[in-house]
Amino acid sequence: MTATVDNKRTAGFKSRWAAMPKQVRWAAIAALVVLLYILPNKWFYEYLGFPIGSDYFAFYTTRSDFAGVLFDTAVFVLLAVGLNVVVGFAGLLDLGYFGFYALGAYTVALLTSPESRFGTNWPWLAAVPLAVMVTMVSGVILGGPTLRLRGDYLAIVTLGFAEMIRLYAARNEGILQGQRGIPGIPHPPGSGTDGKPLFGVVDARPYYWLMLTLILVVLLLIRNLANSRVGRAWVAIREDEDAAEIMGVPTFKYKLWAFAIGAAVAGLTGAVFAGKQTFINSDQFVLESSILVLAAVILGGAGNIKGAIVGGAVTWYLPEWLRGIGDLLGVEFDAAEYRILVFGLVVIVMMIFRPQGLVPNRRRAAEFADRRKEAVPQETVPNE
Amino acid sequence: MNFDELFGNFPALTITGLEQGAIYALIALGYTLVYGVLRLINFAHSEVFMVGTFTALWTWQALGYNQNSAAPALGPLILAVVAGLVVAMAASAVTAVTVELVAYRPLRRRNAPPLAFLITAIGASFVLAESFGIGTRRAPFGMPDLLPQKTVFTVFGAAVTNVQLLILGVTLIMMVALDQFVNRSRQGRGIRAVAQDADTAALMGVNKNRVILLVFVLGGLMAGVGALLWDIRFGYTKFNVGFLIGLKAFAAAVLGGIGNLRGALLGGLLLGVAENYAAGLFGGDWKDFTGFVLLIVLLMFRPTGLLGESLGRARA
Repeated sequence: MTATVDNKRTAGFKSRWAAMPKQVRWAAIAALVVLLYILPNKWFYEYLGFPIGSDYFAFYTTRSDFAGVLFDTAVFVLLAVGLNVVVGFAGLLDLGYFGFYALGAYTVALLTSPESRFGTNWPWLAAVPLAVMVTMVSGVILGGPTLRLRGDYLAIVTLGFAEMIRLYAARNEGILQGQRGIPGIPHPPGSGTDGKPLFGVVDARPYYWLMLTLILVVLLLIRNLANSRVGRAWVAIREDEDAAEIMGVPTFKYKLWAFAIGAAVAGLTGAVFAGKQTFINSDQFVLESSILVLAAVILGGAGNIKGAIVGGAVTWYLPEWLRGIGDLLGVEFDAAEYRILVFGLVVIVMMIFRPQGLVPNRRRAAEFADRRKEAVPQETVPNE
Repeated sequence: MNFDELFGNFPALTITGLEQGAIYALIALGYTLVYGVLRLINFAHSEVFMVGTFTALWTWQALGYNQNSAAPALGPLILAVVAGLVVAMAASAVTAVTVELVAYRPLRRRNAPPLAFLITAIGASFVLAESFGIGTRRAPFGMPDLLPQKTVFTVFGAAVTNVQLLILGVTLIMMVALDQFVNRSRQGRGIRAVAQDADTAALMGVNKNRVILLVFVLGGLMAGVGALLWDIRFGYTKFNVGFLIGLKAFAAAVLGGIGNLRGALLGGLLLGVAENYAAGLFGGDWKDFTGFVLLIVLLMFRPTGLLGESLGRARA
């Protein structure tokens, strides 16, 4: 039944991986996680004997603080994992994903900042669950009227939503304080053994670790969800909504769930981002970022959690790294400037030639292959 | 809520609204035509408009006008406007056709799911916007003041300017021409046939791909006209100028009934007017939200729009 779409090499790797004992697989995953945790530490590279600060070190992004770049990449990966639930699992096109991210960040900012007009001054930790709830509810409010309709309306409504949030934040001088933004958002709590606060201004590593931990937790939750009744309902909706409805899947309910869960993940990410940044304004939530997250999901392979992780890492890390390479060669080349252009092209090319993505979900790849086989050869009809 | 502002300036707000709505309507036609035939929201259409605004500007620069040059006499003025119009229409149509050939046709050949079309559409939109953004260093560009605004006459105390008359006049002419073309010509019949039932139309000897190409050309031409009028009225352009106006034009198309040509005109004018009333009532900050809120409310209560969908039944 399942069409084999993977080429031989990856298939070989996959079967070998599956054939390994469970303990070995767990150990390998644990080793990878540990590696990710120690990645931003200087002593790690000293121990390995790499010349630190040297321009010739391949992984280091020479122009930016490496831990900061890793944090941004982790933010992106978590966003991609969340959007993957909406686009990849349920097959709903959400183009305003960053709107929810902005909403989460602003909720935290308004509740915690001493500069906020609300004057609540909550601690950061107390504001995070509320931010997640607010984004989830807003997802339900936005999805409610639009998810009943054709999927393409959802795309444009979400696109409008993200831009409206940004515009409102930019213009509203009252609560959101326009372009001046909201400063003074507190850092996450906790202090080290020496009494200094764990989450400071200079060192981005603790934030990266926090984000990595959150990613792992969210991954576990979403993976279990995807393997449950809910996940099966999503796949059924994605493949054929009418058929799913006839088979008794309450499609609207599950679509709304997917949308709300995706929104909640974005809200959580935004809340953490606000805690690191301590200052947010509307310029940080431009629409292009929504498209970058979407590109990450498509590039990695929609419908596959591993794909979303790979895609998220590539879309953020690669341009930062290229920036460093440009410096190395003495060329003033800002890869981030071309980021949207390149990933826009990547999205088009991927959709035409490899719609299943770099790390495809097997079932989804089979769907694309089946459809392609069904395609009527139009060009056999002579013109007129 | 500022009712004084709304009722005090009611005629002026209405006239400004109609003028802006006319531009929305011209762009909405492109969304409606493509949607009627392909059932696809052509996200890249906003960039088709953007290309038109830039090419009209470049034409004027090539003719020797810049921001400081004095307003030309009637003869050169007509020449400049017509040259800008022709170039903008041509450039927009070429852009629309390129998007169709590069982004959509390969997908149709592969029988891709609808989601894939939407994703490539958004990809194409960003590629176009970004290449202009990089090429123009993301700077805004001012237009030569070809046609200084002059009050021609007043209605209920509201001034009607020459630019407003030009915009409304041109929009109506283009609208009637397009409507007649789709409803009366042989090509138009092909468009309606494919919109009604693509497979049956193909069996009857209609060349589907040619019809689709034609639809993109028509949408591009209309967007080019809208771009020229935008340049004359608002006097600036930028690489992302299409985004917001594209969103509003789409809302206008849905408002009138997507796939319905007359609906696009009605929706555009209604949206323009509603926007200005909202700006009067709640303040200018809220102007851009009107279209969006209207779109959501409409999708809840009457998703087929005011005049109903379907290009195939445009004649009925």
